[in-house]
Amino acid sequence: MKYLLLKHYRGGPTPAHGWTPMDRWTPAEVDAHMQYMSDFADRLRETGEFVDSQALAERGAFVRADGPGRPPVTDGPFAETKDLIAGWMVIDVESWDRAVELAGELSAAPGAGGEPIDEWLEVRPFLTGVPGNDE
Amino acid sequence: MSPALDPVLVRELVPAVIGVLVRRGADFASAEDAVQEALIRALDVWPDDPPRDPRAWLVAAAWRRFLDAVRSEASRRDREDVVDAEPSAEAVSGADDTLRLYFLCAHPTLPPAAAVALTLRAVGGLTTRQIADAHLVPEATMAQRISRAKKKLEGLPLDRPGDLGTVLRVLYLVFNEGYGGDVDLAAEAVRLARQLASLSDEPEVAGLLALVLLHHARRASRTGPGGRLVPLAEQDRSRWDTTLITEGVAVLQAALARDRLGEYQAQAAIAALHADAPSADETDWLQIVEWYDELLALADTPVVRLNRAVAVGEADGPQAGLAALAEVPDDVPRRTAVLAHLRERSGDLDVAAGLYAEAARAAGSVAERDHLTREATRVRAARQEP
Repeated sequence: MKYLLLKHYRGGPTPAHGWTPMDRWTPAEVDAHMQYMSDFADRLRETGEFVDSQALAERGAFVRADGPGRPPVTDGPFAETKDLIAGWMVIDVESWDRAVELAGELSAAPGAGGEPIDEWLEVRPFLTGVPGNDE
Repeated sequence: MSPALDPVLVRELVPAVIGVLVRRGADFASAEDAVQEALIRALDVWPDDPPRDPRAWLVAAAWRRFLDAVRSEASRRDREDVVDAEPSAEAVSGADDTLRLYFLCAHPTLPPAAAVALTLRAVGGLTTRQIADAHLVPEATMAQRISRAKKKLEGLPLDRPGDLGTVLRVLYLVFNEGYGGDVDLAAEAVRLARQLASLSDEPEVAGLLALVLLHHARRASRTGPGGRLVPLAEQDRSRWDTTLITEGVAVLQAALARDRLGEYQAQAAIAALHADAPSADETDWLQIVEWYDELLALADTPVVRLNRAVAVGEADGPQAGLAALAEVPDDVPRRTAVLAHLRERSGDLDVAAGLYAEAARAAGSVAERDHLTREATRVRAARQEP
């Protein structure tokens, strides 16, 4: 089963504790964080559970159609949005429990002072493309 | 491995085989499809059953596939005239065929992404799957992109000189795409630039070849553990490939001696000055600024002005660099990172740290973002030291 682990720049439930922006960590703390993230992905590649991982820039906008013959309407760039997606990882695992376990590990990446950042990650199962049994 | 199976040697045959089919009367789009199918078949059967003459094998297999395709079309449309067409009487060398393919695949009417894909397939001899993997798109998407590009080219003659500028731009794009899937696109771009330079004696072709050789020479030192970006000043110069540098410098000198300067030669000259410096401190920034002035006279773009501001900052100090940066529009990518660097060198560490963090938020790649974040933390840490 595939699951989407969504990382947010902002939004989600109230953070577990205070958060220091990364550019105010020490260089060694940044290195440790990056290493943790890259080791995590490598480990999932080895277990055959890794599918994809992508990061999103902060800039962007909402867009919608405004009727035939008119240019699309844009809103943003996200000034009023409470929720902003920073990136995702797609994993292919045996169960919901395994997905939750992995999301928990990813959330515990080290941050300022080497303490886990404990950020909220959103975990969403994929709907499969296989039609249900009609018998 | 038998020579017939060296993937690069196989790929080198592809443009010539397309040329043979076109001279026998096939249109470019069908010839290119037929050769691609023959190539995929070759990669499949050659490991167990290597041909004596790989080129003749590919020509025969591709021609058979072309005829099959025409016959199945002919049941709907009368295309017998194509099958019966006489080979062109004009004597054309394989080298001319290949050069014309470069022009056609990088035709100015094609969007850059399509020109890149078509060049990699028809001139580079890569399979659609390899090109798709390298660009992280599904194979069907890439196949569609290539077939739409070929439709756009329908009816264009294959016997005219094309636009060399777009060919060079396409190769430079391929070079900068780097590494994806099992194909090293940067190395492929170097190979194609070498091939193009052997077919055309335009100094700018040599300029592009020199530029990609000199950049490619630094590749091993450009990334550190975990894929992190290592800036030029911090690279371990003992890891630079001196053979490529020597080749790049020789190619560049021969081109400059022709006295027809162009953008790629000027950029290669700057790369050569970096390659020539035993350490970052010994870089000849004064000469680099002079080359940026030449480049500015050839192509006055915001990106050239931005890079020139960096060089001026090194040659004449950060205040001069900041003055040069003032002429660069605010919305040029990486401008904030350059401003951060110049402010740091002027001693404004607080401001610099904030600017690095801002530049990180606007970065275009993960490696660049992480690098700029590290720069912000480095400058903050330096500020806190007694």
